[in-house]
Amino acid sequence: MVNNIIKFLSIRKSTTIMSIILIVISGFSLMTKGLNLGIDFTGGIQIEISFETAPDIRNVRNNLASGGYEDAIVQNSGSSQDLMVRIPPRNGVSNKKVGEDVIGMFEASGNSVTLKSSEYISAQVGEELTEQGGLAMIFALIMIMIYIVFRFQWKFSIGAVLALIHDVIITLGIFSLFQFTFDLSVLAAILAVVGYSLNDTIVIFDRIRENFRSMRAADTIEILNSAITQTIKRTIITSSTTLLVLLSLYIFGGSSLEGFSIALIVGVLIGTYSSIFVASTSIFYLDISTTDLIPEKREEVDDGMP
Amino acid sequence: MNQYPTWKNLLVLVSVLIGIGFALPNFYGEDPALMIAKENGLTFSQAEIEEIDKFLTDDGSLFRTIEEKDGDVLIRFDNVEDQIQASDKVRAFLGRFSTVALTFAPNVPGFIDAMDMKPMSLGLDLRGGVYFQFQVDLNAAVQQRLDQYVTDINKELIDQRIRRTIRKEGNSIRIELVNPDDFNATRRIVRELDNLLAFENVSTQSQTAVLVTMTDDQVKQRRDFAIQQNILTMRNRVNELGVAEPIIQRQGLDRIVVQLPGVQDPTQAERILGATATLEFRLVCENENAFEAQEKGRAPIGCELFNDRVGNPVLLKKKAIVTGNQLIDASQSFSQGRPAVSIRLDSKGSKSMLETTKKNLNKPMAVLFVQQRQETSEQDGSFVNRTILDKEVINIATIRGVFSSQFEITGLTVFESKDLAILLRAGALAAPIFKIEEKTVGPSLGQDNIDKGFAAILYGLIAVIIFMVMWYKGFGLIANIGLMVNLTFIVAILSMLQASLTLPGIAGIVLTVGMAVDANVLIFERIREEINNGNSPQASITAGYKKAFATITDANVTTLIASLVLFTFGTGPIKGFAITLSIGILTSLFTAIVASRALVNLIYGGKTIEKLRI
Repeated sequence: MVNNIIKFLSIRKSTTIMSIILIVISGFSLMTKGLNLGIDFTGGIQIEISFETAPDIRNVRNNLASGGYEDAIVQNSGSSQDLMVRIPPRNGVSNKKVGEDVIGMFEASGNSVTLKSSEYISAQVGEELTEQGGLAMIFALIMIMIYIVFRFQWKFSIGAVLALIHDVIITLGIFSLFQFTFDLSVLAAILAVVGYSLNDTIVIFDRIRENFRSMRAADTIEILNSAITQTIKRTIITSSTTLLVLLSLYIFGGSSLEGFSIALIVGVLIGTYSSIFVASTSIFYLDISTTDLIPEKREEVDDGMP
Repeated sequence: MNQYPTWKNLLVLVSVLIGIGFALPNFYGEDPALMIAKENGLTFSQAEIEEIDKFLTDDGSLFRTIEEKDGDVLIRFDNVEDQIQASDKVRAFLGRFSTVALTFAPNVPGFIDAMDMKPMSLGLDLRGGVYFQFQVDLNAAVQQRLDQYVTDINKELIDQRIRRTIRKEGNSIRIELVNPDDFNATRRIVRELDNLLAFENVSTQSQTAVLVTMTDDQVKQRRDFAIQQNILTMRNRVNELGVAEPIIQRQGLDRIVVQLPGVQDPTQAERILGATATLEFRLVCENENAFEAQEKGRAPIGCELFNDRVGNPVLLKKKAIVTGNQLIDASQSFSQGRPAVSIRLDSKGSKSMLETTKKNLNKPMAVLFVQQRQETSEQDGSFVNRTILDKEVINIATIRGVFSSQFEITGLTVFESKDLAILLRAGALAAPIFKIEEKTVGPSLGQDNIDKGFAAILYGLIAVIIFMVMWYKGFGLIANIGLMVNLTFIVAILSMLQASLTLPGIAGIVLTVGMAVDANVLIFERIREEINNGNSPQASITAGYKKAFATITDANVTTLIASLVLFTFGTGPIKGFAITLSIGILTSLFTAIVASRALVNLIYGGKTIEKLRI
């Protein structure tokens, strides 16, 4: 049935080691550097301002520092004239006051400014969001596990979830390593990565299940390899179209969607890799076999199609 | 082989047509506009509209058209700057009997407008505006109710000459009786007041005491009431402010989210939304020395110490004649050249005022201005919100005649009397609120976001279309048509639901464009495989769709689970993303499995095909 089976699983030891190394690096970075959390999570103020002439960011930082805001984060947003300033909440000073103070400092600098957007979030809201985000992630994983146990079998379920955890940790790790801003939209992107990577994994699992039923004589490795081979074109095409639109989003979508697109681009790449190697390797190590997939009573008849 | 029955083809055709119909309003764009409405639902006459037209023209304000719409006036502008400039002028010109709201008017032709079809509603990040999130202090709402119980119970106890001490203890009221024989009478009083209150005997050997507690149900009811009442009040206040399409909704247990599109000044909006100003009327304790009381730091029995506006102490009777919640209407006016507020009382308040003024002719009466202030402070790492009640005597006047439901008071500044009038008309907040989040998006940034989001969709779409044609040739075209239909469906459903489209929502659409071809790719790859296995083209098409179906369902259901979790847990940006992603997954299932099949069947069905180019 399948002519040129690519022996994907023959490199399973190397890929497993690579995944473990990536996870360890990510975990280490997350523990030491942590995430560069946006004000969605920390609370505080975030203002976007447009200057008439492009300011020197270092000057702006120094100015803010001398005004008592050493912890201000200043970034270009979009063009060189546009700046985003983020300041964590101050004890005993209202966010609003800090915002007015900062805008006043810019106005005093002589460069004429227009306020494009402002955001004030109390630390209370931030704490809750962090909690909710974590809960959402765990809840999504549990729901997905249940669905796969129901539609496939528990070994598949574990394989899929291991692949998802792998994707999430490494994507978070990259955000931590490069200190990209982690805000609400990035959290949404990571949950979308969960959905995407799972999509990929399920397509391969579906083929594995089918092959276990149709290729009774073959051994497990052969079955897994043939399933991945049969779906590899589809995996590549779908990843390509998705990456194409994400690149478009990264290039044209503007600064507020930058983090979102980066998270998804990284996630789609890792998710594609993990559904081929992590998910399949996991169910191989879990000793998946034909007996796990003996169809309950009813036999598939569509094998005899003309 | 491979032919759909006519009804199935029709079904696809009709749904595509309906989709195009609902998506249509989005292609005409929107104009920045002003919507002017009269209070009390009155309509504008043609003459009045001409008057406004003349005012704007004479003033040199730039506007495109002015027209009547359902009894209101709609003025269209070329850009947001003209709109904002004109809005201030029109507001000043028309005065307080009409509300002038910033809005966007769809630029659709008459027949679409007549069918009441609307374009997608844009979120704040796309059209500019102010976003608030408030925390409602529900404990304060419960405490206020308890205070009311204490007052009511105490009044009955006094009337029946039961000697006691009464005080609040946490969420309960503790009544200690001097005479143990009064126990049954006390129980009867509490039962008659509210049968649901828990009545508990906590007497010791030396002391007869009872604990009256609100049940969990009562507390819950009180909290729900407070939130709903607050939302209602805030909605009324927003209407007074003149904001088109405001969103005011409960979020979670004790939060209220307010979105005001088009509003650019969060300070004024916040002042009106969160304000708690009201009035109270009391008699003056005439025979007491207020300065003496201030020095001692303690007021005589039955009296309470206040300050007037210049800081002098004033002693007032503890019992109010009329409290804030008995005020039902107010309007700003002028009395002998000074700003004043005309007050109207409800029937209970009128009765009380009538009796008091009758009995106390030629005696002084004080007006108290009552305001709540919120303070947030950090204690041991957690945030504590506190409400502080400021009461100030604004006016003491001698009762010259008997009056009841309607009268006028003075002693406020122009601004205070204007705000007070708005607040009294809109109703009071049932519980204090604290702002915990505020976002302002300027209108230019909104337009910027729309342009960028649109560009991202467009170029992403073009890239995918080229890619698919290069890879699959003719079948690629079919997938591309499916993709366009899919986009149309998403836009149509968003327009139908009137769920607001946000920037993350656009990101969801972009992602859908990339992922939507997946189902078609799965099908096409299967068809190729079947052909490579030596099957006939027609049989390969049938088998390809059939075998890919289970895979497509499993893969999409799991993605849908993830996006539904996003929707449930998410707030704001996350929710917007989850909505478009979920809609996109569902519509792509339809277009890939049903619509693309209909096309394939139309092209290849029932014919003898030697070779399938795929």
